[in-house]
Amino acid sequence: MAVEKSYEEINERIKQGKAVVVTAEEIIDLVKEKGVEKAAREVDVVTTGTFGTMCSSGAFLNFGHSKPRIKMNRAYLNGVPAYAGIAAVDAYIGATALPESDPENRVYPGRFLYGGGHVIEDLVSGKQVKLEAFGYGTDCYPRQHIESWVTLEEINDAILFNPRNAYQNYGVAVNSSNKTIYTYMGVLKPRLGNVSYSTSGQLSPLINDPCYRTTGVGTRIFLGGGTGYVAWHGTQHNPSVSRGENGVPLDGAGTLALIGDLKQMSPEWLRGVSYAGYGASLAVAIGIPIPVLNEDILLSCTVTDEDIYAPVMDYSFAYPQRVSEELGQVSYAELRSGSITIQNKEVPTTPLSSYAKARQIAQILKSWIAEGNFLLTEPVQALPSMDAGITMNNLEEKKNNR
Amino acid sequence: MVANKFVLRFTSALVEQPIIYRLVRDFDLVVNILKADINPHKEGYVVLELSGDSDNYNRGLKYLKGVGVDMAPLSGTIFWNKDRCLQCGACTSFCPAGALYMTPDMEVHFDDTKCIICESCLDVCMARAVEVRF
Repeated sequence: MAVEKSYEEINERIKQGKAVVVTAEEIIDLVKEKGVEKAAREVDVVTTGTFGTMCSSGAFLNFGHSKPRIKMNRAYLNGVPAYAGIAAVDAYIGATALPESDPENRVYPGRFLYGGGHVIEDLVSGKQVKLEAFGYGTDCYPRQHIESWVTLEEINDAILFNPRNAYQNYGVAVNSSNKTIYTYMGVLKPRLGNVSYSTSGQLSPLINDPCYRTTGVGTRIFLGGGTGYVAWHGTQHNPSVSRGENGVPLDGAGTLALIGDLKQMSPEWLRGVSYAGYGASLAVAIGIPIPVLNEDILLSCTVTDEDIYAPVMDYSFAYPQRVSEELGQVSYAELRSGSITIQNKEVPTTPLSSYAKARQIAQILKSWIAEGNFLLTEPVQALPSMDAGITMNNLEEKKNNR
Repeated sequence: MVANKFVLRFTSALVEQPIIYRLVRDFDLVVNILKADINPHKEGYVVLELSGDSDNYNRGLKYLKGVGVDMAPLSGTIFWNKDRCLQCGACTSFCPAGALYMTPDMEVHFDDTKCIICESCLDVCMARAVEVRF
């Protein structure tokens, strides 16, 4: 008999403290031992996790009104510019924003010690952050300048809203040139000196739900140490990339736009990061629960690092020049072994996202659910899937053709 | 050719003098400043590598002592801040001594007895969890 469970049944078991929850790592051996049908009957929820740099992140803040009032059109938090082209005292602090005084790459490689991601970390740490804002002055908002100090607790609203997180798989970076390069995939040594990879593989949220059967708009998740929601599909969401027989994409594919209350979050799970020669950003912790509605959904959760492949890209030429050229495909099992062979050379591999922390996130989410503190939500709308006909457009340089 | 790393400590009066310039111009030494904190009218320090031919090198050191710069060979240590570490493991590709390493279950650790203080890890750590302490 095929196993069929509903969100309501699973939530009922969670409320009663009876739900069986395992992580995406634990489910692998459990299914090997018990078989898919028996495991699907027993297990209610599989938890996933990922913790890595996610540049398309930031927070909407509302500071409250000063006396007299100001309509901010330029705002700075600890010197980092926030986007103030919205209502009077609202602003968006983006993860990669840099202070105007930052030397950037003028002294190469730049160090990017403090940016928007660090502002967000300071806010969730409860630190006072310096706010400076300018306005041009209007009859209703006469003030033109304000300097003050704010904390997360004092400001009215702080909403983490990340337009693109949780990439479903990602390319693997190498450098075939003769000089060290500094990229968002970390420092890459010359002549294929090291391999840098991202995503938490078999623990990664969308790798375990490859066809977006349970993750959709409205899915409640672990975000930055608090609870958040899937707001929409992320920017550059591209379900159309080629996939393996298990449905797992062979390159970066689906993405998620995520939202949550920054006031609930913690600096352990939202951390400012600095990439030498590249920039500042934010490391974001995400955990997504997958309800075991049927055996098919469970089967997808049994994916192992051996079954997940990613393309090797040359970041000294092919990537920056937008040339589609792969140096081959490698599995996450190979990547996690510590070295892979490229062009007959054994090259050390290291991750950029933390597998150890991803495991910890999946464990935390597991305990939240098992203890009855976290109910699952049924998506109110599915994410665009392989049949949506999505293609990625490139930006071409054009002349005005009017 | 001699090359060594030093920590130089300046009194508030010495801070106003062009000491590095003298080392370069008068003694033809190559000066590579690794770290510095110099402020007008305050005490300061510079961590640098000095290299040059041995005669010039020795004359340069004598000059530094003569003007009253307090000198000590660099004995910095690498400090790994476990709480700041994001546990990604990117540093382990760059540590030639295996002092920063990953366990098979992908946890990052630091064995300071293996560290050779080459500082290769400093700029590759996105979390800035490794630092040199003097």
